[in-house]
Amino acid sequence: MTTRRRFLTAAAGLAGGIGLASFSGGARATPAAMQEAMRKVIGTATVRKGRVKLDVSPLIDNGNAVPLSVVVESPMTRANHVKAIHVFAERNPLPNILSVYLGPRSGRARVSTRVRLADTQKVTAIAQLSDGSFWSDTADVVVTLSACLEEALI
Amino acid sequence: MARAVVNLPATVKRGEVIEIKTLVQHAMETGFRRTQLGELIPRDIIRSFVCTYNGEEIFRADFHPAISANPALVFATVATESGTIEFKWAGDKGFSLTESAKITVT
Repeated sequence: MTTRRRFLTAAAGLAGGIGLASFSGGARATPAAMQEAMRKVIGTATVRKGRVKLDVSPLIDNGNAVPLSVVVESPMTRANHVKAIHVFAERNPLPNILSVYLGPRSGRARVSTRVRLADTQKVTAIAQLSDGSFWSDTADVVVTLSACLEEALI
Repeated sequence: MARAVVNLPATVKRGEVIEIKTLVQHAMETGFRRTQLGELIPRDIIRSFVCTYNGEEIFRADFHPAISANPALVFATVATESGTIEFKWAGDKGFSLTESAKITVT
């Protein structure tokens, strides 16, 4: 026979389990997922720090539209230019943010856009140069209102 | 009907690096949001952007759901000759939009 006490402990356990499951099952990428996404783009090459400047504000009120720009030091000649720039976020639902492909006709390796950030996290920009080397820069950002996962009013 | 705005100088000197600003009207629905009834809203984003200068590709971008609504993109190019710069966006649900701008190089 089910006593009142037994029923209540079982119900509490069940509720706790459901709460925990929905919390841990949230659609969030992890730093490991970001590494995997980076590997998919750059392969096995080593990434060095420097040459790239990722410009994003360190404190963000609204994660829905965060101005972000990437500048790479490069003469942008036919022999030595930036081929691609990739931007990744550590804790967005998807680690990829943007990939752009440039060439010697770009003249200047500078791109800016507006992105969504779901959480306080690290943002990384990786540049692929024409000689096959990869360079990166990382920025820490604090986000007060997160993007992507809020409930829509429809 | 979606609209796009592009901004670049109309006349420039040969060899000068010009800045091109683009802005396109699009909700960029991420595919991670839910309605108040708990249903997932399907993803509807712009996937790719290509810029061609007199038919030759000079810049290309792949967008992901982390790009804000009404995607803005600023990039640069070298003014080589007079002609047309064409911008093309393509995305989910058959989204396709083309915009072009004339440039005079002296």
